[in-house]
Amino acid sequence: MKLSEIRKILDARVVVGEDKLDLEIKTAFSADLMSDVLAFARAGCLLITGLSNPQAVRTAYALDIAAICVCRGKTLSAKFIEIARELKIPILVTDYIMFETSGRLFREGMTGCIREVAIEEKSRAQ
Amino acid sequence: MKKSPAPSEVYLEGVFQLRGRDFVDAGLVSSRIKNSLKNKGVPEDTIRKIAVIAFETEINIISYAKEGTISFYLLPDRVVIEAEDSGEGIENIEMALQEGFSTADDSIREMGFGAGMGLPNIRKFSDDFEIVSEPGRGTYLKSSVMLNGNYRAKDDQDDNA
Ligand SMILES: Nc1ncnc2c1ncn2[C@@H]1O[C@H](COP(=O)(O)OP(=O)(O)OP(=O)(O)O)[C@@H](O)[C@H]1O
Ligand SMILES: [Mg+2]
Repeated sequence: MKLSEIRKILDARVVVGEDKLDLEIKTAFSADLMSDVLAFARAGCLLITGLSNPQAVRTAYALDIAAICVCRGKTLSAKFIEIARELKIPILVTDYIMFETSGRLFREGMTGCIREVAIEEKSRAQ
Repeated sequence: MKKSPAPSEVYLEGVFQLRGRDFVDAGLVSSRIKNSLKNKGVPEDTIRKIAVIAFETEINIISYAKEGTISFYLLPDRVVIEAEDSGEGIENIEMALQEGFSTADDSIREMGFGAGMGLPNIRKFSDDFEIVSEPGRGTYLKSSVMLNGNYRAKDDQDDNA
């Protein structure tokens, strides 16, 4: 799914990355807790979060997350936007709540970057 | 407590100072370490693991210590993160290593942290992990991610951190 489609499905505003709307993203991870993102999210996914401080961007950068969609219509600080520009991570903002945001994308064919944690842990151990 | 590797085998290294409760730039050290390791022939998934380990370590120092340092070393067979802080220390390490154990306050939660997942994450992403803490004095942590045998450091070791 292209970032431009994600924007349409979520009636989202593009805050950073107008030039990257052709980016292909197939999977997503939704969380407000960054330690959960750091534990379970995967490179190349879309991060859906209600956390609107710069740590969300730095977390995405650590994991090579493709883009961030901030849900619940959160206002972003200048610092958030500045760091996203610097680290070249596209940022969308949608007014939908996290459930609605995830559900809309899932309905259109996007899947979770992992499906469940237990299976994931087993495959890691191999 | 520190036992840094012999200088002769270090391809690349960096040291970063951190101040406790300095939340504004939390995560910056992780980003810098990641930038330093790029284009050095280190596999991307190794860089990601190191970035996560550095991130969780950095947040812990900012959250629970007055000051501390994080160092990284690129060695022939591994990347190492070493951290030392003069914080409150950890009373019961076994408990702190359990998922969900946290003494984080609201200021830490507001940053998106305080789930009690940091140390378990660090251990999970490490091939080698060591933590020593003295309550009232501070905490030492060392984590290594192994490089597979055919790694050779690239020549372009200009520092772009
Ligand atoms: N450097 C440190 N100095 C003192 N105490 C620490 C330090 N690192 C961790 N701790 C203690 O261990 C607990 C568990 O740490 P851990 O990183 O696993 O979780 P957290 O920081 O509470 O939450 P999260 O990392 O998920 O955001 C902390 O709540 C804190 O009490
Ligand atoms: Mg932590």
